[in-house]
Amino acid sequence: MRSGRLGLGASAAVAAALALVPPASAAPRVYTVVIDKMRFGPAPVGLHVGDRIVWANKDFLRHSATAADRSFDVDLPAGKAGAVMLRKAGAIAVACKFHPGMKLQLNVAT
Amino acid sequence: MMKMLMFGGAAALILSTAATAAAPSDPQIAHIAYTAGQIDIAAGKQALARSHDKRVRAFAQEMVRDHQAVNVKALALVKKLHVTPEANPTSAALSKGAAAKLKELARLHGRAFDRAYVRNEVAYHRTVNGALRDTLIPGARNGELKSLLETGLTLFTEHQKHAEHVAAELR
Repeated sequence: MRSGRLGLGASAAVAAALALVPPASAAPRVYTVVIDKMRFGPAPVGLHVGDRIVWANKDFLRHSATAADRSFDVDLPAGKAGAVMLRKAGAIAVACKFHPGMKLQLNVAT
Repeated sequence: MMKMLMFGGAAALILSTAATAAAPSDPQIAHIAYTAGQIDIAAGKQALARSHDKRVRAFAQEMVRDHQAVNVKALALVKKLHVTPEANPTSAALSKGAAAKLKELARLHGRAFDRAYVRNEVAYHRTVNGALRDTLIPGARNGELKSLLETGLTLFTEHQKHAEHVAAELR
């Protein structure tokens, strides 16, 4: 009984450790950034190359999610969404090409 | 120069007079905001019919698209709120000034038209944005109307910057 309990505790500890340190080949994740009232929602934290971002335009205006480095340029008609895959690491400045005052910075890790 | 700035200046006078008069009601605010949008849509359509400059046309297309979207939203909102936009002297004066400006611009061609159109857009957005900030937004009682006007102000501030940018390029 006693050793069994210990074993259970030990495997739980291993599972917890694994959860804290995901392997380098962690499955790509999908994040959503909502655009509303002429503003980008907060930039997702913990982005990695291979992740996807869904840009959900809840505004009644046409917007875009356009990377300053031209790595992506998504047209977002009113009420529509569009997705991009992050293909390179680093800081990416994103703006709406129709309303350049709308800005967001993405930080992408390898 | 004076002539080109005249409409913007006249609009400023009209809208600041509105500020000092009795505070406008929500139906009047809705009417003023809608009218201001229609004026800029008409100006944009005139520019699309007359201008051959790529930058001026892109700007005019943006004005028509965005102001139409705001006005569609505004109409849906007043319908939902069972508010009937109410004609008022401010809206009437804005429309009168805009009609005169359209007529004045219709006499210009090429570069002269482009410059006069964009210069007026700078002045007009500056004036309307000032009125939104100082009179219409603080005066709006309904929360949804206020919120739409606030989004409008953010949007029209972008338009003003865009107009200033194009004006500088055409100088």
